[in-house]
Amino acid sequence: MTSAGPWLAALVAAPFAGALLPALLHRRPRAVIAWVTAAVPLAALALLLAFAPAVLRGETPAVAWPWIEAAGLEVALRLDGLSLLFSGLILAIGALIVLYGAYYLSPQDPFGRFFSMLLAFMGAMLGIVLSDNLLLTVVFWELTSLSSFLLIGYWSHRADARVGARMALAVTGLGGLALLGGALLLGSAAGTYRISELNLAGDALRAHPDYAVALVLVLLGAFTKSAQFPFHFWLPNAMAAPTPVSAYLHSATMVKAGIFLLARLWPALSGTELWFWLVGGTGLATLAIGAWAALFRHDLKGLLAYSTISHLGLIVLLLGLDSPMAAVAGVFHVINHATFKASLFMAAGIVDHETGTRDMRRLGGLWRAMPYTGTLAIVASAAMAGVPLLNGFLSKEMLFAETLRLKSLGILGWLFPVVALGAAVLSVAYSTRFVHDVFFGAPARDLPRTPHEPPRWMRIPVEVLAGLCLLVGMLPGATVGGLLAAASGAVVGAALPSYSLAVWHGLNGPLAMSALALVAGAILYFTLLHRFDLHGRDPSHGRWTAQRLFLDGLAALTRGAQRFTRLSADGTLHRQVALVLLVALALGAAPFVTTLPAHTFDVHTPFGPAAAAVWLVLAISTAAVVALHRQRLTAVILMGAVGLTVSLAFLGLSAPDLALTQLSVEVATVLLLLLALPFLPAATPVESTAARRWRDAALALACGLAMAAAAWWMTTTTGPTVSAEHIARSVAEGGGSNVVNVILVDFRGFDTYGEITVLAIAALGIVALLGGAPAPRPRVAGDEPAPAVFRPVMLSLLARVVLALALLLAVHIFLRGHNLPGGGFVAGLVTGVAVAMLYVANGGAWSAARLGLDFTRTLAAGLAVAGATGLAAWAWSKPFLTSAHGHLHLPVAGDIHWASAALFDLGVYLTVLGVVMLILEQLGWLRPARA
Amino acid sequence: MELLIASAIGLLTAAGVYLVLRARTFPVVLGLTFLSYAVNLFIFASGGLRTGAPPVVGAQATYADPLPQALVLTAIVIGFGMTAYLIVLAMQARAATGSDHVDAGTTPQARQAAEEA
Repeated sequence: MTSAGPWLAALVAAPFAGALLPALLHRRPRAVIAWVTAAVPLAALALLLAFAPAVLRGETPAVAWPWIEAAGLEVALRLDGLSLLFSGLILAIGALIVLYGAYYLSPQDPFGRFFSMLLAFMGAMLGIVLSDNLLLTVVFWELTSLSSFLLIGYWSHRADARVGARMALAVTGLGGLALLGGALLLGSAAGTYRISELNLAGDALRAHPDYAVALVLVLLGAFTKSAQFPFHFWLPNAMAAPTPVSAYLHSATMVKAGIFLLARLWPALSGTELWFWLVGGTGLATLAIGAWAALFRHDLKGLLAYSTISHLGLIVLLLGLDSPMAAVAGVFHVINHATFKASLFMAAGIVDHETGTRDMRRLGGLWRAMPYTGTLAIVASAAMAGVPLLNGFLSKEMLFAETLRLKSLGILGWLFPVVALGAAVLSVAYSTRFVHDVFFGAPARDLPRTPHEPPRWMRIPVEVLAGLCLLVGMLPGATVGGLLAAASGAVVGAALPSYSLAVWHGLNGPLAMSALALVAGAILYFTLLHRFDLHGRDPSHGRWTAQRLFLDGLAALTRGAQRFTRLSADGTLHRQVALVLLVALALGAAPFVTTLPAHTFDVHTPFGPAAAAVWLVLAISTAAVVALHRQRLTAVILMGAVGLTVSLAFLGLSAPDLALTQLSVEVATVLLLLLALPFLPAATPVESTAARRWRDAALALACGLAMAAAAWWMTTTTGPTVSAEHIARSVAEGGGSNVVNVILVDFRGFDTYGEITVLAIAALGIVALLGGAPAPRPRVAGDEPAPAVFRPVMLSLLARVVLALALLLAVHIFLRGHNLPGGGFVAGLVTGVAVAMLYVANGGAWSAARLGLDFTRTLAAGLAVAGATGLAAWAWSKPFLTSAHGHLHLPVAGDIHWASAALFDLGVYLTVLGVVMLILEQLGWLRPARA
Repeated sequence: MELLIASAIGLLTAAGVYLVLRARTFPVVLGLTFLSYAVNLFIFASGGLRTGAPPVVGAQATYADPLPQALVLTAIVIGFGMTAYLIVLAMQARAATGSDHVDAGTTPQARQAAEEA
């Protein structure tokens, strides 16, 4: 394959795209859904097999599409031996699971949903194993957490499913966060997020000061996902999932993701003391604890869950041993465990499905009814126990051999082979129990259903997998030799040590350990059963306390959060606002408390008496508003004065556009507040205590001081700005010399478009608040006089003249806006204020009838014009809101300069006019219901 | 000039914060308007303070920074929309609960104030 990139992407995308199919087909017959679903992994598998010969030869098809390179974000996919092995397991077992699941689910279960989620999960897993970018891996990692949450909680009507799903999500999700932290640390330490490059930089990484932290974080991610002690407790709880889900997630995929990550980053991270003790130690503990707990489960799936934990521990242990040969063994056990554990889960599911129970205390003697299923289960259990001629035996031998090599470490070194042997004994014991308690022993009594063999198609997946256990077990070299070499080679990243996959290695230590384990395990089980009342033991007795700790911790966290919420949000606005301000103050002050940066204050703008006078007016009127805020009318008028001084400040400081805007907004705001006053009490009563007022004043003063200090600091610092760029490009590219206006309608036009939309939403929100529809407009016919209320004649007449002048002014302001101070915003406000004056002077009914404008429409037209101008750019294949400008020669008017941005500005104008008038008119129509 | 603007911003902030912490809706609306003044001036000042240098190309050799001006211009107009929305909200809250207390209907004190009104 010459261009592998698109095909690799297709491989990952196929399950995601395929996930839509079952959802679309959910009304079709179930067989259709099942076969369509199964076609997805099968097609992907065919694609993978097309890649396989090249990968087995040692090639690594790879592709990378950069996105944000500075942040290391890219889509990078790579298919090496390890990815091939895992992809193969994910797809092949996935296809078998689909087939099995189609027969397992009951008619009440939503079929399409199940397969959609299964395929989405499959895609996420493929993403993890094919990603060559650590950040991309984390993204897919999270996707597996989310999709497995949905799968585990599939039977959402059951409380145990909900609890199990939540627990799995909490544990693996927290691990995912840790992994993200670790990935970021690793990436910044190595200078790349490309996994293949990280693996080449192993020596530098291990010597890096962040190595220990990064390693611990990555391991937290891997251990939570792969259910390593002490994070293992989510896995048994996840058994509430339908059995096909358990068979898939907990044999070949989800829990193997952590293992995969350890293997993937093996060259980058392994080879240190820390790695050895953390990974090896965790693996050893999990191996032993899982095996012990598995023996005492009464639930079939519980036994399998703990045995899975134990076997995952075994693989982690092997990866932790820091030797290439152990890594080979670990990879080998990944294959073996996936095959025998998937078939065991399926067999357990068949038993459950055909008898109605998974309780081993009730089951028994099923051999007579289900000899065929029994045979398959025996083969798979034997593989799990490590019986010769089955695949589990081979990898277990390799484990023994590897642990025996650690004897050189002294007493602690002996710990490894001894614990491994102990776990092997337990493994034989629980495997024996799985077979004996279900198929032999006392016949089952009062089963919910009469047991019989399952349908043919439900057995096929188990047959395939059990067959593989036998094949690999007898002919390891011929069946998986090549794949194992390719995968292990990819893990180790260097030449593999020579090893032989033969069944018979002569009489040696590992064989003796295997034999001992088989005999001792069988004895252990039957002794427990007959002498120690295995069935009578409470499985929760002696349960590991990690789950308790987790649940207690979660409960404490919830209680703490509730207490904090009650304390901080007691329902009063005052307390919340005060808290927000205090926190903001503290956060803002924090950096200055520790180190006050050296700073020279550069006061470069002198001020004259005029500025001082404006400042004085501002200070006095501000103080007056605060002092007199209880008299509301006075406060509104004084606030208008403050606004005017702010406007003067803009004018004096080279911002004529802002001055104009502030001035017109001020007028509109005062009008607005005056219109609103009749609907609120005229004065504010004194309620708060003097102490509270002083506290508030102190907080206000602190905030004021902080802002003043920050402003002082900021204005006396000169730094580089982007303004030179804006000014230089304004005429050339924006076609206007008023840079502020060019920025608004051109450079940052999209921003402005958003802002006028927000304005429109606010205005419409007000309409909705005031009753949901524009106020009814009273019809006034022809020259009918205004209603007989008092009208100031002078004002009434003047307003009409002023309106005409103001409209002319608005047109002027609008037209010159691109080159001189002005533009759509100011023109809209000026028009709005002028029209509002007309309303004030002549009454709403009179004015509305004569204007005949529905301001909701003005507003809509404004947005439409602005949007259409933006869209027009598409006609010339330019991005949204790209402007054009040029010169137009007209016969009489001569050379006219135009810019398409002016049309956009017209939209702004109409929107602002519509907003201002809609708001004022709405308030103006209202009549106080009570005085 | 820097001192004048910085102290003005501080003054407006202090007034705004004090009014926002009042118990009735109207002063809170006034306070938010004050905070808008302060924040707008603050953002405007981030471009540096200059006199007699409006950012209109052609008039002079140096120009005031146009970008904060553009940002503040829309902020002023949006501020109007926000004030309008808040005041209408306050009116409707009073109509619904009979009180213009900011916590109307949520706390005992506010309910008591509503009953007295």
